[in-house]
Amino acid sequence: MLIVNYSSGISQDIKNLSIEYFIFASLLQNVISFCYNLYMLLQQLINGLTLGSVYALIALGYTMVYGILELINFAHGEIYMLGAYLGIILMVFFTAIGLTSYSLSLSLILTFLLSIIFCASYGFTMEKIAYKPLRKAPRLSPLISAIGVSIFLQNYVMLTQGATDKVFPHLFESSTVTFLSVSMTSLQIFIILTSAVVMVSLRLFVKNTKIGKAMRAVAQDKIMASLLGINIDTVISVTFIIGSGLAAIAGLMVAMYYGLVNYFIGYIAGIKAFTAAVLGGIGSIRGAMFGGLLLGLVESLGASYISSEYKDAYAFIILVIILLVKPGGLFGKAELEKV
Amino acid sequence: MARQNWKRFKRERKNMNEVREGKKEEKRYGIKPLVIALWFALLLLPFNGLRAALILFVVLSISIVVCKFLFLYKKIVFEGLQTFHNKIKTVRVFSAPSALMIRSLSLIFLFIFPFIATDYFIDVAILSGIYIILALGLNIVVGFAGLLNLGFVAFYAIGAYTYAILNTRFGLDFWSALPFSIGFTTFAGFLLAIPALRLRGDYLAIVTLGFGEIVRLILNNWDSVTLGPNGISGIAPPVLMSISLGKLSYYYYFVLSLVILTVFVTRRVYSSRLGRAWVAIREDEIASSAMGINTTMYKLYAMAFGAFWAGLAGATFAGKMQFVSPESFTFMESVLIVSMVIIGGLGSIPGVILGATILVILPEILREVQLYRMLALGAGLVLLMTFRPQGLLGGKGVSLRG
Repeated sequence: MLIVNYSSGISQDIKNLSIEYFIFASLLQNVISFCYNLYMLLQQLINGLTLGSVYALIALGYTMVYGILELINFAHGEIYMLGAYLGIILMVFFTAIGLTSYSLSLSLILTFLLSIIFCASYGFTMEKIAYKPLRKAPRLSPLISAIGVSIFLQNYVMLTQGATDKVFPHLFESSTVTFLSVSMTSLQIFIILTSAVVMVSLRLFVKNTKIGKAMRAVAQDKIMASLLGINIDTVISVTFIIGSGLAAIAGLMVAMYYGLVNYFIGYIAGIKAFTAAVLGGIGSIRGAMFGGLLLGLVESLGASYISSEYKDAYAFIILVIILLVKPGGLFGKAELEKV
Repeated sequence: MARQNWKRFKRERKNMNEVREGKKEEKRYGIKPLVIALWFALLLLPFNGLRAALILFVVLSISIVVCKFLFLYKKIVFEGLQTFHNKIKTVRVFSAPSALMIRSLSLIFLFIFPFIATDYFIDVAILSGIYIILALGLNIVVGFAGLLNLGFVAFYAIGAYTYAILNTRFGLDFWSALPFSIGFTTFAGFLLAIPALRLRGDYLAIVTLGFGEIVRLILNNWDSVTLGPNGISGIAPPVLMSISLGKLSYYYYFVLSLVILTVFVTRRVYSSRLGRAWVAIREDEIASSAMGINTTMYKLYAMAFGAFWAGLAGATFAGKMQFVSPESFTFMESVLIVSMVIIGGLGSIPGVILGATILVILPEILREVQLYRMLALGAGLVLLMTFRPQGLLGGKGVSLRG
């Protein structure tokens, strides 16, 4: 708006001015609009990065489960939703017993820990009830079972917590850090840093620990891994526990970031995160991180530069384009078909 | 490691000996049921509060103990049931009804249905008929050709909206709009299939899912044509030989005839060269292409032919409701249609009909417990898959490999 007024001001006085001044002024205008655009771009990049790191955290759960079980875990989005709800419930509980006024950071840490533990147990139980009996079933049956779990969890939360929006208790002001006129809330920094730390540690975990090695082995060949003495059930349980824990972190951070939580947020976030996982090459942990970030960036840039009405469609358009060029996703290996 | 294994081995041998000597039986009442009950109570704690968790704990621990008890005396209980069953068997006079008899009886029942049922039941029956057409269409894609399509509702939406727009804007009646409706949908099926068929398995699933979402977003946002989220109302019901089919029982017969047509055509196609090619592709793509089947072409046909039926179902739906809005074509609807196909049994036509009927009627029956019906539906899907992973009527005929 500012720039438009400025330029119309120029056009009115234009007759009185020398040509040099005119060139200078138009140059100045270009510089200002460029800076403004750059500022907008940077701002949107930061928003996209925040959103993307949340998507990446959820996508990791999808990709890990898919890598091991070849199952699209449709209920994973609901675990994320449960995490967001747990954050609110626990914070309200801590406020009620007066822990937040005693020490805010302690209650935040407790909230994080407890909701991770609870979500991990939900994921563990879900696998034991809904997926374990279907290990040897036709491939699409666990999918339906997952859809059943998803419907169940959504309605369970709706029944117990009500169908209206839940508000995250307003306990702390998030301060704003401004750098070169690009503002960033401390919450955004927190989200980006936390997910970076979590993702790096997950990568180290899968790469270096014994159970991580077992996970990679099971992902490659289940039968061979079990012949070599790896307990497949344990590995699958651990995968679900880790994936659900990551989803809980994502949910909690989203609840803090937006302040509002609904019982159907899991569904759209789940679809987007799954898209992100496929984008990066499903089954690849690096791919899920990268795909999530890319998706967040595309979404926030598209929403601000093209049209916000089609915000949810950009993810899929990018997905189709990338899959057409690289059918296995960005980091996926081209599948060799064996006869 | 070796030491641990040795310990475990010794423990297991001891256990086996105990079982052999009959000592193990008493151990079944150990602490395990309590632990399970405690676990579920803890899971419930944050959402339901302390009281509900405690109640659940008590109920669960009692019921688990009862189940264990029943399990112990399984043999006795089963023998009792067996003798009871035998008694019933001897009492039965009629021989088992033949397939032809069942078929003709059910056809007669379907024809006299509007005379004996109330409007509400006819309404539900029409809805299940439309879903049967849809599910049979998806069955061609998923069941016959083995391509998982999670955006099938997009075709349904295109069919419904084409009829709605042609009718309200251009005044075309049902019969002249129907070819356009079906044609557009089939064309959309082709269009989606061309890029999507380069992908395999779950990649295909997610691209079709994206297609469904994009179509829904377009319907929601292209206000000048689709009137956005408000939807299009005032669609005329079809007219057949100057009789308006707006009346429920007439529409019932109309949908019934369409369902019979769909079943007939899909059965014929299934056993034709085309259908056999699809099944061959589903079972083993490489082998079938080695046998000279043009796999890409046949997959394309499957997508387009599936979309064809979705277009028909869409137009029928628009004519029935006389109103369409993007709300009827969400991802959940796609999921529901896929569930119908899988619950009934992948690739089995009677199974798919059964699955569609169950998934339409079940929420209606559960309307009594309004709040809990979706909860029950979710739990039901899980239970059904646990006990019959191949679907209700699946598992006969051709094998399905992972």
